[in-house]
Amino acid sequence: MVKTRLIPVLYIKNGLIVRSEDFTYHQNIGNVVNQTQRYNGWNVDELIYIDISRESHYDLGRDDHKVGSYSSHEEIVKVISKECFMPLTLGGGIRGMGDINYLIRNGADKVSLNTGAFESPGLVQEATNTYGVQAIVISIDYRLINGASVVFTNFGTVNTGVSLMDWAVECEKLGAGEIFLNAIDRDGKACGYDIETIGKVIEKTSLPVIACGGAGNEYDFVELAKQTKVSGIAAGNWFHFVEGSYPRAKKMLKKNGINVR
Amino acid sequence: MIGIINYRMGNLASVQHAFTHLNIESRIVDHPSEIKECAKIVLPGVGAFGKAVQTLHEVGFFESLQENILVKKKPVLGLCLGMQLLFDESEEMGDHKGLGIIPGKVISLKKEKPSFPVPHMGWNNVTEKQPSLLLKNIHEEDRIFYFVHSYYCKANDDKSISGTTEYGINMDTITEQAHIFGCQFHPEKSQHSGLQVLKNFAAL
Repeated sequence: MVKTRLIPVLYIKNGLIVRSEDFTYHQNIGNVVNQTQRYNGWNVDELIYIDISRESHYDLGRDDHKVGSYSSHEEIVKVISKECFMPLTLGGGIRGMGDINYLIRNGADKVSLNTGAFESPGLVQEATNTYGVQAIVISIDYRLINGASVVFTNFGTVNTGVSLMDWAVECEKLGAGEIFLNAIDRDGKACGYDIETIGKVIEKTSLPVIACGGAGNEYDFVELAKQTKVSGIAAGNWFHFVEGSYPRAKKMLKKNGINVR
Repeated sequence: MIGIINYRMGNLASVQHAFTHLNIESRIVDHPSEIKECAKIVLPGVGAFGKAVQTLHEVGFFESLQENILVKKKPVLGLCLGMQLLFDESEEMGDHKGLGIIPGKVISLKKEKPSFPVPHMGWNNVTEKQPSLLLKNIHEEDRIFYFVHSYYCKANDDKSISGTTEYGINMDTITEQAHIFGCQFHPEKSQHSGLQVLKNFAAL
């Protein structure tokens, strides 16, 4: 049967991989290519890259470890697709078919739409018609406000006032292939996953759900996999800072009877 | 030289990157006349069966592939939709005739297994049904590959199938018959195990 995936998420800001907290504080971790090689060496199930640069064009202005700098999303995808032989998802700042065409032509297997999907739902339909449902992921950032889960867009800065459950159902209607769920409140807090909300979204839709936000140790992965039917367990920071974190987490999941690769 | 057939639908770049990474010579074949320069053929594929068959006809690949595979006996490896194209026919969006190289059909997963999410997407096991050249040098516990598909292959003759995958039903996911090979998964996206499949094909 299909395995539960364990997915490192790499946030790129101005051409560098960063650690993120509360969607606000970003600490540089290193060069995109070097980090990718590290994850590639771990034989990971899948990688998700989200570009969170606020400006569309930037100049890195520095070269790490003799690897050239990359000044755009497009350049990055070209380079990583030569190194990675696993499914690659790219997201961040996608607003039109032009962006999607470019990313898929240059090696992305899936693209992740967030604000772009919310503001122009027609884009989701156009993209799935062209590339198939499996290629389109809708990424949803949410916060809990007085116990209710609410969708935020624009790097978590705009409160849409729309309920997470309503938007998740809508995403399925629009024809997305997957939902990538990110709890803003838990970003970088290492306090565990928001299992209750994640479970509710999984019940509400038949789409595969990848959940992110809050991973602090490998037990958090096990808890999430045991208590929900999550398809993908995602984390960012934890993988960056813990030596051998990925294989260790896989071992722990296996030991607990979770069907992983 | 391995020729990767470009019928304007597949993710050709990642297949070629994988061969380059393995130091195996490959080229993108844009026109049927270029097949003669290639000792082996890879038929990649992402997309719908009917559209792929139509494009193969338009570009003139259809007859030329049949000739190279059936008459000249060039080794071929079909990937995902590329494997399905080797079969007689598919139910995908109306009935369509394939290359007719492997007797059998391509069937809708949704029709067969309505309660399972379609597409079948993610990592899943392949069980060796008979000695497989493509699975050579891959340990049994590492025979896990990346799948994305909504239709699956059903060969008429079990002898042409060397690997199957369970997803509510048993799907034929590796076909091997003389010089004709196909896998339903994406070896170019299946990490070390997938790269080994490509290496095995290249070493034939």
